[in-house]
Amino acid sequence: MGLLSKKDSKLIMDPLADNNPITIQVLGICSALAITAQLKPSIVMAISVMFVMGVGNVVISLMRNIIPSKIRIIVQLVVVATLVIIVDQVLKAFAYTLSKELSVFIGLIITNCIIMGRFEAFALGNGVWRSFLDGIGNALGYGVILIIVGFFRELLGSGTLFGFKVLGDPVEKTGLYAIGYENNGFMVLPPMALIVVGIIIWVQRSRNKDLIED
Amino acid sequence: MEHIELFFKSIFVDNMVFAYFLGMCSYLAVSKKVSTAVGLGAAVIFVLAITVPLNWLLDQYLLQEGALTWLGPEFADYDLSFLSFIMFIATIATMVQLVEIIVEKFSPSLYNSLGIFLPLIAVNCAILGGSLFMQSREIETLGLALNYGVASGIGWFLAILAIAAIREKIRYSNVPAPLRGLGITFIITGLMAIGFMSFGGMLTGGEEEATEESREDTVGMVNTTSTSEKNTETDLKLEITEDTNK
Repeated sequence: MGLLSKKDSKLIMDPLADNNPITIQVLGICSALAITAQLKPSIVMAISVMFVMGVGNVVISLMRNIIPSKIRIIVQLVVVATLVIIVDQVLKAFAYTLSKELSVFIGLIITNCIIMGRFEAFALGNGVWRSFLDGIGNALGYGVILIIVGFFRELLGSGTLFGFKVLGDPVEKTGLYAIGYENNGFMVLPPMALIVVGIIIWVQRSRNKDLIED
Repeated sequence: MEHIELFFKSIFVDNMVFAYFLGMCSYLAVSKKVSTAVGLGAAVIFVLAITVPLNWLLDQYLLQEGALTWLGPEFADYDLSFLSFIMFIATIATMVQLVEIIVEKFSPSLYNSLGIFLPLIAVNCAILGGSLFMQSREIETLGLALNYGVASGIGWFLAILAIAAIREKIRYSNVPAPLRGLGITFIITGLMAIGFMSFGGMLTGGEEEATEESREDTVGMVNTTSTSEKNTETDLKLEITEDTNK
């Protein structure tokens, strides 16, 4: 990448795998799991978080020298809340059904620990461009997990992707259903999100032994 | 009757952790020891009991469409509900600070046990989630809002207490190395959530209940009989695993 120096591209690539916000840093699980029953809300959520994190990190980084450290939490909350209101209003205007489906979970981006965590750990101590990259990188790492979980839950649970019946029609018995395949309705229920994330963590840690906790 | 129903529904059926994954960050981070888990759980009940009724008042008299009518008829068609996120989070952050100061002044011993957790709570999704659910479910009276706050706090408390106890025990069992720590905690939480799903049948009967449930399963769901069978099966498994852990 010509645009980014080696150090900068590390900021984007690291959170994708070895320092993933969900599986390694254990942040931002709250709003992540409830909306992953299908692929489409997962992607919308990932994009919303990317917008809030990118812009939020830039704003906090610009203000980092004038925020008194005692009230920084409140300042951060106000910045995030403002950005989330923008996201919420845009969704309500252009994708109303989707925003109903996501219900309170768009609002819960405010208390998404990834955002506060990155503000505290990175944006308060680094320049604007690096903070922006860090925000985008972490949001990508978050989005990747969301999309993986959403993909498996929708494929195995409803046999669809983005609402398209990729495995055939369960009622008319075409495609895989013709040979006796059944949807696992359990996958769309909330507990399976936790178990799928658990399995992702398992796979990731068995590939990279350094990450194992004792 | 309404109160009792809402109380049990918020604790078991709509459990913050197991049904909506709210407050998972602190749930996973602070559940290594039972004593700290109890401290955080108590603080969550406390803060929810204060912020949910307060935000109910804000919502009712300031934010909802037509809520400003008490100022005069010319304000009747204002709708400030787009401001609710920022109002709710500001209330929560202020209340947490206030509670911290008051508790420190009047009960230093309580402050010492709760104190370190209070700032953490301002960014706990369960607190904001409580207020947002209160708004989206259109809870009717102040008393019910208080009830909802306390009950969902108790639900969260039970969840973190249970997982902390299991995590203390699981240290002695032979978990595959890559699953140790975070991985197994996720899977246990998933199993506990499956267990809690069996409470779903506890309050069926009212018409309101039926609409609530159909709202939750937007995706085509398996027929209820097969899930309840699965529930009992996994319940049994859960009990067995807990027994063997002892």
